Amino acid sequence: MDILIQNLLNALQWGSFYALIALGYTLVYGVLLLINFAHGDIFMVGAYIAFFVATFFLGIVDFSPWVTLALTVPLTMLLTAAVGVTLERIAYRPLRRKGAHRLYVVITALMCGLILENGNLALLGASRKKFPELLDKVVYTYGNISVTNLKIIVIFAAIAVFFLLEFIVTRTKIGMAMRGISYDKFAIPLMGIPIDSVIVFTFVLGSAMAGLAGLLFAMSYPILEPYMGALIGWKAFIAAVVGGIGDIRGAFLGGFLLGFIEVGVVAVFPSTYRDLFAFSILLMILWIKPTGIFGVAKTTKI
Amino acid sequence: MQKYSFNIGLWGMALILVVLSQIGALDFYIQSVIMFIGINIILSSSLNVVNGYMGEFSCGHAGFMCVGAYVSSVLSVILFSQNNIFGAPLLPPHLAIVGFPIVVIISGLVAGVTGLIVAIPSFKTRGDYLAIITIAANYMVISAIENIDVIGGPRGFMGMKRVVNSMTDVVNIPWMMIWVILGTFMSIWMIRRFVSSTYGKGIMAISQDEVAAEIMSVNTNKMKMAAFMLSSGLAGVAGALFAHVLGYVNPQSFNIMKSTECLVMVYLGGMGSLGGSVLSAILFTLMLELLRFIIPAIDTGLHLVNILPVTYHLSQVWKWVLIPLTLILLMQFRPEGLMGNKELPDLFPGLKKFYKFK
Repeated sequence: MDILIQNLLNALQWGSFYALIALGYTLVYGVLLLINFAHGDIFMVGAYIAFFVATFFLGIVDFSPWVTLALTVPLTMLLTAAVGVTLERIAYRPLRRKGAHRLYVVITALMCGLILENGNLALLGASRKKFPELLDKVVYTYGNISVTNLKIIVIFAAIAVFFLLEFIVTRTKIGMAMRGISYDKFAIPLMGIPIDSVIVFTFVLGSAMAGLAGLLFAMSYPILEPYMGALIGWKAFIAAVVGGIGDIRGAFLGGFLLGFIEVGVVAVFPSTYRDLFAFSILLMILWIKPTGIFGVAKTTKI
Repeated sequence: MQKYSFNIGLWGMALILVVLSQIGALDFYIQSVIMFIGINIILSSSLNVVNGYMGEFSCGHAGFMCVGAYVSSVLSVILFSQNNIFGAPLLPPHLAIVGFPIVVIISGLVAGVTGLIVAIPSFKTRGDYLAIITIAANYMVISAIENIDVIGGPRGFMGMKRVVNSMTDVVNIPWMMIWVILGTFMSIWMIRRFVSSTYGKGIMAISQDEVAAEIMSVNTNKMKMAAFMLSSGLAGVAGALFAHVLGYVNPQSFNIMKSTECLVMVYLGGMGSLGGSVLSAILFTLMLELLRFIIPAIDTGLHLVNILPVTYHLSQVWKWVLIPLTLILLMQFRPEGLMGNKELPDLFPGLKKFYKFK
């Protein structure tokens, strides 16, 4: 029983990262119908930005860890959002203006991801970075279950972000504009809605969440490397799709589902079987429900 | 006769390549580059069947390549060479010349059957959901092979060089070159025959509108299955050739990165253009190999004009920054790829006189 609860908590933490990244995928996909394959690498960039910001404040300015943390969170989110928007501005928008086929934009996104990860490797070298400790580790123990304060923060951050995004998308004007664009991209400009700024806002939201995920990930697993975003990005994308891409609840649920499956597989089988089982289960879910858990099948008229 | 001049030229070129590598005019490096070009042509043109002609988005092509590579290398090593699974070879090694093409075809068939993992869910799933299934299939294949310890698991599998050597022991000609060229020609011919046949036209109908195609009596499930199996089977053939050219396979060399390379080649050439796929495979491989020499040159150049700090040297990693950058720039100026969805005779109508390739 204790092991079960311990694993559940681990799965919640692991799923939170997937959920936070999957939210970015799903936002961009929902609005633009674009699979932003660079998103996993934006997560990596977020972790690196958090590293540089934190070491800057800790080492050079010499703030206390708490002040550093308070400054690092908004700065990381802001700078990562800037990276995401730059990608959109430089690579995706010109292609969109030209009316290129959707898949060519996807390939461009893939290329942007490659540039980010390999550019990072080429510029900063292959040596791994050690993230400075910002939080004093507090371990709460109940019987055999031990929870660190960081784990609780990660889980709560994921849940808070989910509610924030749900609020923005369903209750605010800009959220309405986002939903409108995903419904009909051609009629929306006629209504006087600035489509480009809404898209930029979407990228800001998605990338900021990826930056937050990067920061939390770097705090939980304090070793940074350029390829850390690739695998987790692909998996988060899969999670988003299993939840039903384009749906925020779906991304959130899919991320946690993948986290539970992976931790569950590792708890029962040798850890080398993780990918095999996780993806087989996801494939089966997609087989039973082809548009994901929350996805709605599109009807096509001829 | 004039109609066949293109084909004759092609076979002539193949013959010249084989002869040149036989007399040693091409060193091993250039030979291997040529073989990789051939393998990449098979990969990109076979992926083009699904991504270009059928309009689905498959991004796990390397998974099927992995199946082909492992099946062929395990089979050929068990059959024709001393190995640590069965010990002595099951068949005399000099039979490898006859056995190798059969092994390659078997591995292609097995990879084609593996393609069913993707094909069957694709009946219900459309569009981007299929992208996931293919990525998941890629991960599953790699993960499955990493967990089979008999064939090396994550350490990889080797011993194919001995099979190739036993072929050259019997008749001393560059066998791998011949097999790669034959494989390339066969796969292009098969794809061309398939997509230009009345039966294969259904694939293009699916890419236009799946529901309309269904109403127009295209059996979409059957078509999709055929296209996926053809595509993954040819990827398996490419993987088999790749494994024997390198002499060593490792599951991680067929990961998403390799699939990304295949995707890049398809979209660089243009969706639904076989000529484009061939052209982009050649250009992409050459670009990859040329950058190996260009990057040190740039490095020394930049150090001469003192732009770079003395301690910093441009590494080969920059290759993977420069290639995506080139592609992004290319996409900005030619968003439909090099050839769009046209073939060579569409761009140069004069070629039709020399060109009868259906």
